[in-house]
Amino acid sequence: MFDHAELAVQGALDAGAAYSDARVVIAKAETIHVQNQNLSQLDRSEHAGVGVRALIGPSWGFAATADLSDHAVRAAGERAAAIAKASALVPGPLMEFADVAVNQTFWETPHTEDPFTVALSEKVDLLVAVTKTMQGVNGVKIATGNLTFWDTNKWFVSSQGHRIHQHIVESGGGYDATAIGESETQRRSYPQSFGQYETGGYEVVRGWEFESHAQRVAEEAVALLTADEMEERETNLILEGSQLALQIHESVGHAIELDRILGWEAAFAGTSHLELDKLGTHRYGSELMNITADATLAGALGSFGFDDEGTPAGAVDIVKDGVWVGVLSGRDSAAIAGLPPGGMVRADGYNRLPMVRMTNVGLLPGTGSFEDIIADTDDGVYMETNRSWSIDDKRLNFQFGCEIGWEVKKGKVGKMLKNPTYTGITPQFWGSLDRLAGEDEHLHWGIPNCGKGQPMQVAHTGHSASPARFANVRVGVKG
Amino acid sequence: MTRHEELVETTLALIAGRADAEVYADVGTLSLTRFANSFIHQNVSEDVAEVTLKVAIDGRVSSSTTTHTTPEGLAAFVDAVIDSAAQQPVDDKWPGIGNPAEYAIVDHWDEATADADPVDRAMAVKDFVDAGEGMLAAGFCQTESQGHAFGNSNGVRVSGRFTTAAIDGIQQSPTSAGSGHAAGSRIGALDAGGVGALATQRARDGARPIDAKPGEYEVVLSPECVSTIGIFLNAYGFNAKTAEEGMSFVELGSQQFDESVNIWDDATDPRALYVSFDIEGTPKRRTDLVTDGVTRSLVHNRRTAAKVGVASTGHAVPGGDVFGPFAVNMFIGGGDSSVEALISGVERGIYVSTFNYCRVLDPKSLVVTGLTRNGTFMIENGKITDAVTNLRFTQSFISALGPGNVLGVGDDARFADSEFGPLLVHAPSMRLASWNFTGGADG
Repeated sequence: MFDHAELAVQGALDAGAAYSDARVVIAKAETIHVQNQNLSQLDRSEHAGVGVRALIGPSWGFAATADLSDHAVRAAGERAAAIAKASALVPGPLMEFADVAVNQTFWETPHTEDPFTVALSEKVDLLVAVTKTMQGVNGVKIATGNLTFWDTNKWFVSSQGHRIHQHIVESGGGYDATAIGESETQRRSYPQSFGQYETGGYEVVRGWEFESHAQRVAEEAVALLTADEMEERETNLILEGSQLALQIHESVGHAIELDRILGWEAAFAGTSHLELDKLGTHRYGSELMNITADATLAGALGSFGFDDEGTPAGAVDIVKDGVWVGVLSGRDSAAIAGLPPGGMVRADGYNRLPMVRMTNVGLLPGTGSFEDIIADTDDGVYMETNRSWSIDDKRLNFQFGCEIGWEVKKGKVGKMLKNPTYTGITPQFWGSLDRLAGEDEHLHWGIPNCGKGQPMQVAHTGHSASPARFANVRVGVKG
Repeated sequence: MTRHEELVETTLALIAGRADAEVYADVGTLSLTRFANSFIHQNVSEDVAEVTLKVAIDGRVSSSTTTHTTPEGLAAFVDAVIDSAAQQPVDDKWPGIGNPAEYAIVDHWDEATADADPVDRAMAVKDFVDAGEGMLAAGFCQTESQGHAFGNSNGVRVSGRFTTAAIDGIQQSPTSAGSGHAAGSRIGALDAGGVGALATQRARDGARPIDAKPGEYEVVLSPECVSTIGIFLNAYGFNAKTAEEGMSFVELGSQQFDESVNIWDDATDPRALYVSFDIEGTPKRRTDLVTDGVTRSLVHNRRTAAKVGVASTGHAVPGGDVFGPFAVNMFIGGGDSSVEALISGVERGIYVSTFNYCRVLDPKSLVVTGLTRNGTFMIENGKITDAVTNLRFTQSFISALGPGNVLGVGDDARFADSEFGPLLVHAPSMRLASWNFTGGADG
């Protein structure tokens, strides 16, 4: 496969490119979806092809084809160069490109059980069993379960000499129960609302012990129909880890993407409230807030060996003791900003342009436990599992809804509350972080559906978090 | 025979009677030129060639998609899908494959768009950028040409082709942004300079925004906002799967909307896009969803239709076994009021150019939270006065369009860039009696 990529790069160079790189990708996926004990989807896909970039002067071009014949891959390189020349009709400043070490190597996701060799019947039986358990709870109308597995081989070649083969394996899934009332629906899910995904094999699914939680999930969905609404007020908000992971994703992860900060995503995904000249001084949150972007975490969904520009995976500080100190970057954006390249550029398949994406942007653990936080809270609310999420184009003004909430009174979890929501402004919210649980409850939550770019790309990102408390948050926002 | 038709025939021949089979092939090119900070920074083109196969063996169903379209690649692909189906439990809700049918003659194709090259797209971008007169421009110009073919082992054969083109962008001043958009099947019909000029005007008008107090306001919504509403009605309401599960707002035959609201799906409309059949080979036909405010129909794929004993309406989409059917040629009927006339009737209200990051809080009541973006303005005594900083809203889209709540419908219906894509909903501006803004930029 390296030969195909090299031919594409050569095509671009011969057509005038000063720099070129290409990725041959073979991406397999398997999705299994069961609803009410019935297999409603078994879908497998295999997408293979080559994508090639060409840089001419200040301008990039990118072309992709699924045709891996010699003629077609070379033509793709030539086409990328022609597109780069057309880009120069509306030119920008001269494009710099930060140097990275040239590697010729192989990297593979550590995994023990190839998910594609596990019998389909075992996977389907697991989902049928959990949906059966959930359907056994009176009041549950819809019980669904799903599993998805990805197996991706990438061969990366650059005109600077990179030759990197990676084999990335990702696995996961989840399930949910929906109860439907007169004019509302209530849903509970496990392990989190989108399912839990990690790098690794089928051992990821086994580790989450799906069967053990189905009864509780179903009972909670039904109980929510008759629970009290959360009162609108300002109070202490305690978040469970997966909801905090999404909070990190939306209000930190996207905000620190250097392409957004530079304005490259202004028309679609948006920009950022962060300004580069405040890097190192801007207070992002309280002193408990320590965020890293670490693509080397074993098992986390945003882990890999090299990004799609050939930069080795690494870990960088993003927020240290509450102060903003780092960004997510690639070779071109880092050079423009005068920063070292972060190795955070990835593409969604052979046919998409590599762009800055989150790796594992996580909140380092604090001390103590969730129980300690509850015991230390005189008045507040506790929320679990995301139900809705919305944030503005600068990643400042957000509103989240969760599946379930509980009141917290005098150090104890009290009655269940439905339709819990909270809203806030990013720096103020993170500034109100006043309790953070420790290592024992610190998990690498995975988000498999991060959308960005045009044409749209979907990335898999990781966000480590443990339960935390935020003071004076507006909760219970009503429509 | 076209390449996409050839892929269908080759794949079906490889089945060789081993299973019931339906095959969908798409072949074409998607190109997109992106710009930011007033220069082209991302510029891509992709040759698409993909085959999707669904097989059923005695009710055991499996589906798969591949880009391996060589004869050897397709042979291995077909064998793998058949092997996979054989290992499955019986799907007792499998509706079977369709029978031969009549198809409307549809050809939403433009040769110039199919032939558009990177220079054509770059020149459209240049026109948009130049209209900014020193503002910072960002957005994209896209062209697409595709041929689609469907065939199944019952003898159904159908194919079609389409082109699409879109220009979409914003102009930014240091304190504001304004948006503009145009889309359709012909690149020659895109007035990139005019779209850029509209975005520039909105950005200029928005340069000194004030904070508006949250609360209920009368609103005039642009076609972009109305198209986003259309997407939510479509995915959560008119979708027969959500209706069967009791999660849709739809009550057929009820006056759920204002009598000025008309919504339909029609691939045969000359303004429409895409092809005359869905991924199950079902012919698309006009489906009236809301007529004079009365909810009339749901959209179906074969699975949802079989469950309730009706015919599919031709709205099967990839992933539809899980998420349900979806209308991809949705029209929201226009009225006879200019945008200026809609605004002139408002004593105190807000004009919104674009919604951003809308998400459902409750699917059944369709309560949605989101924000305004790229041009929000106060309306006082029939005129736009101040620009307003972005606002958060939490609003039921059903009640917003409910009986008595639509005070005017614009004559400016067009394909508008919903939050979920530029070529899905043809929509006008609307004046609505009430919209619940729950927070300002400062929360």
